[in-house]
Amino acid sequence: MPSPLLVPMSQNTPYIVEMRDISKVYPNGVRANDHVTFAVRPREIHALVGENGAGKSTLMKILYGMERPSSGQIFVRGKPVSIHSPHEAIALGIGMVHQNFMLVPSFTIAENVVLGAEPVRRRLLDYKAAVAITRQLSAQYGLEVDPEAPVEAVPVGMRQRVEILKALYRGADVLILDEPTAVLTPQETHELFTAIRQLVQSGKTVIFISHKLREVKEISDRVSVMRNARLVDTVDTAAVTEEQLARMMVGREVFLHVDKAPLRRGEPVLQVRSLEYVTEAGVETLKGVSFNVHEGEILGVAGVEGNGQTELVEVIAGLRPATAGQVLLCGQDITNASPRQVRQAGVAHIPEDRLTNGAALSMSIAENLIVDRYERPPFTRGGLLQPTAIKENAEWLIEQFAIRAPDGDVPVGSLSGGNMQKVVLARELSAQPKLLIAAQPTRGVDIGASEFIYEQLVRARDNGVAVLLVSADLSEVLSLADRILVMKDGQITAVFDNTPSLTEEEIGYYMLGVKRMSAEAIAARA
Amino acid sequence: MEALNVIFSVAFLAAVLRVSTPLILPALGGLISELGGVINIALEGIMLVAACTGVLVSVWTQSAWLGALAGVAMGTFVALVLAFFHLNLKADLILAAIALNLLASGGTIFVVYLVTGDKSSTSRLVSGQMPFLSDFIPGVRALGEIGRLLDQNVLTYAAFVLTAVVALFLYRTRTGMHLRAVGENPEAARSVGINVRRMQYLALVLSGVLAALGGVYLSMGYVKFFARDMTGGRGFIALAAIYLGARKPLGVLIAALVFGAAEALSIQLGNLRVPTQLVQIIPYFATLAALVIYAVVQRQRALARQRAFVQSRAAR
Ligand SMILES: Nc1ncnc2c1ncn2[C@@H]1O[C@H](COP(=O)(O)OP(=O)(O)OP(=O)(O)O)[C@@H](O)[C@H]1O
Ligand SMILES: [Mg+2]
Repeated sequence: MPSPLLVPMSQNTPYIVEMRDISKVYPNGVRANDHVTFAVRPREIHALVGENGAGKSTLMKILYGMERPSSGQIFVRGKPVSIHSPHEAIALGIGMVHQNFMLVPSFTIAENVVLGAEPVRRRLLDYKAAVAITRQLSAQYGLEVDPEAPVEAVPVGMRQRVEILKALYRGADVLILDEPTAVLTPQETHELFTAIRQLVQSGKTVIFISHKLREVKEISDRVSVMRNARLVDTVDTAAVTEEQLARMMVGREVFLHVDKAPLRRGEPVLQVRSLEYVTEAGVETLKGVSFNVHEGEILGVAGVEGNGQTELVEVIAGLRPATAGQVLLCGQDITNASPRQVRQAGVAHIPEDRLTNGAALSMSIAENLIVDRYERPPFTRGGLLQPTAIKENAEWLIEQFAIRAPDGDVPVGSLSGGNMQKVVLARELSAQPKLLIAAQPTRGVDIGASEFIYEQLVRARDNGVAVLLVSADLSEVLSLADRILVMKDGQITAVFDNTPSLTEEEIGYYMLGVKRMSAEAIAARA
Repeated sequence: MEALNVIFSVAFLAAVLRVSTPLILPALGGLISELGGVINIALEGIMLVAACTGVLVSVWTQSAWLGALAGVAMGTFVALVLAFFHLNLKADLILAAIALNLLASGGTIFVVYLVTGDKSSTSRLVSGQMPFLSDFIPGVRALGEIGRLLDQNVLTYAAFVLTAVVALFLYRTRTGMHLRAVGENPEAARSVGINVRRMQYLALVLSGVLAALGGVYLSMGYVKFFARDMTGGRGFIALAAIYLGARKPLGVLIAALVFGAAEALSIQLGNLRVPTQLVQIIPYFATLAALVIYAVVQRQRALARQRAFVQSRAAR
């Protein structure tokens, strides 16, 4: 594959990519980019940050030929170009890894990597060559994958590496990563960063979008900040602090610390008894899990992702059948009840994968906001839906949750990634549940919104709701939870009261399986 | 007892091959459209149009091959119309296909009436028939039972060859891979520069060609005339075969043969002393039963795996 890197740079520009004065107005009238000028130097890691809906993805989709700018110019290696399709972007050496993955689930990793530019031998697909190519690229850039595994069977971190390999296979020199860490565990993020550094070593340029300023500080050379469709500034990363970046993004001071009222723990709301779950493929992911969540407390579930947390939440929510064990809500048995029965019993659930399981993307915001309660007053009266009530509900929640959308009638699919999440959050937090399950609630949302979500979770707790918080972000668990439960290999390996002396390191030992509490100690505290 | 003798005879096997052909061909076509993400519900109508066109053109040109060619061309044209309505004019795929099926049912018999003055069939015309193996190698007739088994229509042989060709196309060619990618995740396909609409056109057109071959076989191989609604739901049974065959070419072939066997059985039993109404429902009942059994087995397997696991753990 010829590398566009060999094309000489025109001498009079220090930039490999330059977007000048780009504006973009979507057909629905949303102005997503407003005279944005954005320039990237060769071999740098350039972070792009901004609140949900600030226009980051739009700017990058324009560079990748997926959207056409309304006005403005793009230069690649100093030459003016107009990019009409991803095909043309690829030809210019630009590759993009999207916020939502673009993979074919039943195809193997090798097939996904070569899709669209497959090696052939005697006019037939050369699958062996595809596997060899994938192996070779994977070794060269330190992006570990299993070429012959179907994508649907591998964890999300590996899927992401597949996306990067796809771009590299096509000869990308400039790699756009749109929120690559939003779906990764801290460990996977760490591996990704190692790979990114290696890519830059070998001459690639990386554009990196993220909401996590800590990551931005850690990985990038320069940062561009977007706010309200405009590019506020581009600065050297070393020259700014996280706080300054936050202020540039939001336009005000942001506090991510949490004020909680003293714990007033009441009766147990959720009682989980010896819960077991075996997947259809015969993998045992929950091995006898027992614990309680009480009124007025936040129980945090920590653990490296993939140790049964997802299954735990989905079994409680009625989305997967328990293989054995019991789930009680206020004494009522809801084991293997339907999701609807579970909800009617008083459970709200913010799912982890909100775009797939939390929202109907082609339906409007207003409709998505009532899907769990449309059949009750005030939304239905006398068997008929009440458009006014539905509309008012949408307007109220859009305002309360600062969802960036023209109105409640637009389809959720046309929102920015973070705003789609907020629609789900708004619905679940406004359900007035007895038990609130929040799985990775701040994943993919900006810091302003994270601050708001923290406030909401704590407010629910202070009002006597039992909150089950599952998060891969340890600092999030530590700052919110009253008690912390650690999961490892489908079992609870520790339960702590969240006292000031409890550290991330200590929890980390249990997460990695280095330490483990005795069964009695767990039973006594869980 | 009589029935068992019938089933385990070579003649019965020959009958199975005969009646399976007009299921295998459209099922393969349907499979391609399904994998391309544009399931073709109009298989039935396409078969009818092809069957009718084939007969009339063969009468007119006095050539079975020209008739067959015209039949396939016409069937393919119907598939193209469906593709155009769905992919260009954004009509709902299912509704457009239903409209075409209704149009094909009424349209074919209308044309037959115009040509022959008969509203039920073309049996008064002398139409062509596609050759059988014995037309090429007269010796097979002398082989007795085995000869009767081998002496099938060229289109029956074609159905088996095409199963392999379709498998090769779908799994070993770039185009086939692109087609499957489009069917599974069009956004992903588009993002790597695959033309989604072009692939879906291709999927529908190929399904049209294969369904049309099935239609031509019905009126120019299985029998030698066109009759009103002579497809008798085969286009829909073919759809069931796609899913029962787990959306794989070989699986689809086997599923179509199973449905074919059920139909052959109903024909054979028709010659015995069994009420015809009961016999006639056999293929449809078999279709339904097969789908139910398939679903139940899948479920049982999953449950058994879970149970085995819990037990093995309890034992430890
Ligand atoms: N296809 C579309 N049609 C209409 N409006 C859109 C479309 N895509 C994005 N928008 C709007 O454009 C604005 C910017 O969206 P964009 O996806 O670029 O934001 P973002 O900065 O990537 O946000 P996030 O951090 O939430 O991913 C948003 O208000 C969004 O609603
Ligand atoms: Mg985005």
